[in-house]
Amino acid sequence: MKLFEFEAKQILRECGLATPRGGVASSPGEAVAIARELGTPVALKAQILVSGRGKAGGIKFADDAEAAGRVAVGLIGTSIKGCRIDRLLVEEKLAISEQYYASVTIDRQARRYVALASADGGVDIEQVATQSTTAIARHRIDPDVGFSQSEAEWLVERIPKISQHMLKSVREKKVDPYLKGDVSAFGSVLANLFRLATEHDAELVEINPLAKVASGEFVAADARIILDDNALFRHPEFKDRGLMRADDSPREAEARKQDLTYVDLSGDIGIVGNGAGLVMATMDLIRYHGGEAANFLDIGGGAEADVIKRGLLLVMSKHEVKAVLVNVLGGITRCDEVAKGVIQALNKTSFKKPVAVRMMGTNEKEGKEMLLQAGVRVYPDMETAANEIMKWKERLEP
Amino acid sequence: MKRILVEDTRVVVQGITGNQGRFHTQAMLNYGTKVVAGTSPGKAGERVCGVPVYDKMSEATNHEGANTSIVFVPARFAPKAVLEAIEAGIETIVVITELIPQKDAIEFVAKAEKKGIVIVGPNTPGVIAPPKRAKVGIMPDHVFRAGDIGIVSRSGTLTYEIASHISSAGLGQSLCVGIGGDPIVGLDFITVLDMFQQDEETKGVVLIGEVGGVAEEMAARYISQTRYPKPVVAYIAGRSVPPDKRMGHAGAIIMGSEGTAKSKIDALTNAGVPVAERPSEIAGLLRPRLRI
Repeated sequence: MKLFEFEAKQILRECGLATPRGGVASSPGEAVAIARELGTPVALKAQILVSGRGKAGGIKFADDAEAAGRVAVGLIGTSIKGCRIDRLLVEEKLAISEQYYASVTIDRQARRYVALASADGGVDIEQVATQSTTAIARHRIDPDVGFSQSEAEWLVERIPKISQHMLKSVREKKVDPYLKGDVSAFGSVLANLFRLATEHDAELVEINPLAKVASGEFVAADARIILDDNALFRHPEFKDRGLMRADDSPREAEARKQDLTYVDLSGDIGIVGNGAGLVMATMDLIRYHGGEAANFLDIGGGAEADVIKRGLLLVMSKHEVKAVLVNVLGGITRCDEVAKGVIQALNKTSFKKPVAVRMMGTNEKEGKEMLLQAGVRVYPDMETAANEIMKWKERLEP
Repeated sequence: MKRILVEDTRVVVQGITGNQGRFHTQAMLNYGTKVVAGTSPGKAGERVCGVPVYDKMSEATNHEGANTSIVFVPARFAPKAVLEAIEAGIETIVVITELIPQKDAIEFVAKAEKKGIVIVGPNTPGVIAPPKRAKVGIMPDHVFRAGDIGIVSRSGTLTYEIASHISSAGLGQSLCVGIGGDPIVGLDFITVLDMFQQDEETKGVVLIGEVGGVAEEMAARYISQTRYPKPVVAYIAGRSVPPDKRMGHAGAIIMGSEGTAKSKIDALTNAGVPVAERPSEIAGLLRPRLRI
C-alpha cells in the first residue's frame, strides 16, 4: 500500500527524522492559513500517488500567503494523469544547499533489506543508477545483525563523492569540520530508515531528495513509503486506510471490499481465472488472438461457488466488457463449484454478452454437464476457448 | 549441492488438523509420499489419515525421523512454524502458506540459509517427483506423468497447465519445483537449474516465469555463462501486463523498467533459450531439442 507524502512524513517524524514544517490543506483557504502561519515562502505539493508529479505540474511555489492561495485555486480539484487533487501539502520552502538520496528497500534477489545512499539526490534515482553504477552505495542488511549507526556511517563513507572528498581532506591535511558531522547525520537518517522499515513492515522507505539545509541539518524534502499489504494485520492504524487505496479504481475498491483480487485493465474481454500466473497467461493469450483483457481477476485456490458468482458479476458489471472468458484449472478448486457459481451469476444478471468457460481437473465432468444444461459453452483447453471468444466478439461487433 | 525429494523423504505436515492439512495429507499419502507425522499445538495423540499428531516439531523428528516438512499454518503463525522446523533440524521446508509478511520471510530464509536448509516457497504449490511417486505439495497429480523433464516455476496453476501439455504430448516429468510466487522465496531458478543439471533422470528443463523481479534475467545469465548442458525452454506470463499494477500475488509487478516480460524474454532468447508464446507450444519446442 502506497502512502501519501504527508502520511509518509508523519511516520518519518515519529521516527525522529526531520521534515519541513507545514500542514495539509483541502481548500485554498486552508492553504492560505498554513502559509500565513509559516510566514515563509512555501511549496504547495499535490497529494497524489502518480510518479513524475513534479514534472507534471503537481509541485508549485509561492512567496507569500496570498500567492499560495492563488496557486491552491489552480491545483485543488484539477487532475494530474487522471488523478484528482483533493489535498495539498503546504510546507516551508527549504533553503537547500545539497541534495542527497537515502532509502531502505527489499532486494528480492538477495532476500535482504538493502540500504541505498547517494550524493546525487533530487533526480530520478533509476536514471542515476543506469548512468553510473558507482554513484549509489548499497549495503545488504543481515536480519540477524541489523543496521547500526556505525555501519550506516560506513555506507555513507563509501558514496564515491564523499569518499573522494574525505581522501582529499586527508591528503591536504585540512580537516573539514563539517564532513564528519555530515557523515554522522546522513548515517543516522539511514539507520533510522531501516528501523522504520522493519517496525512498519515497509517494502520501501525513500527520501529523495534528502536535503542538507543552510543550518547543516538533513531534512526529508520528499518521502515515499510503501507498506507490505501482507503485514497490515500488524498495523491496525492503517486498517480503514487499507480498504480505500488512493490508487484504486472504483471497481478495484469494490473488489477489495469483497476480498477479490481484481485489477482494471483497458481492453474489452473480461477474465476470470484461478492463480495469478494462469490469469496472466489467459490475458496474454487473448492478446495473441488480437484482443485485449478488460481486467485481471484471480479467484484463488479452492474457491466456492459464491466467490465465482461475485467475481463474474463484478467483471460483467464493467460497461466496456463485451465477452467473458472463465479459465479454471481444478486442483483444490472443484469444477462443479465453478459451474454452480457461473450459473448463479448468469441467472442474476441481464448481461447478454458471450461467456465461455474452460475448465479442467477435479469434478470436470459434473461441472461440464451442469454448464451444458444451462446453455453455457465449455471448452477443454484455453487455446480453443480464447479463440472462440474472440470470434464471438467479432461477430457481435457491427 | 542442494537436493530435494531424495529417496528417504519422510514428511511431517505442519498444521495437519486444519482443512487444507487434512485434505492434502490424504492426497500425498494416496500418491505414495511417506507422510510420517503431523503437528498441531494441543492436538498431540490424535491421528489424521492414520498419521500421528504431535505438539512440537522436535517430537516429530525424534519419534518419526521426519526430515522434510510441509507448512499449512495460516500466515500469521507460519513464520513461527518455519523457525520451529529449522530448530528441529528439518532439511527441506515446503511453505504452502501465502500472504506471509516479507519481513518474516526474509528472517526465516536467512536463518535457513545459514544452516544449509532448503526452503521451498512461501506461496508455492510444492514439489513433485512422478518417477518416485513422491509429492510434497498441493498439485493435482493427475496432470503429471513420469518422464525426464524438469519443471521450475513461479506459478501454481500455470505449472499444472504446462505439465498437462507435456504429459499429453507423450513426455513426462522427472521433478517439478514451484519456487513460489512471493517476492521473497527460499529457492531461485539458478539453484533449481543446478539440481536438474546434477539429476541424471532429467534430460530437459522447462522454466516458467512471470513479470516482476529479475530472477529470470539472472537465470538467463547463468545458463549462458555456464553453457548449461541440458536443453531449456521457457514460458513467461504477463506480456500484456501494464506497469505499476500488482497482478494478484505480490511477486508480479512491473516497477519502472524492472521486471517486464520483454526484458525476461530478451534475456532468455539471447541465452539461447527458446521462449514459447503460448503454454501449448512448450512440448513442441522441447521435443526436437531432447534428441540432441
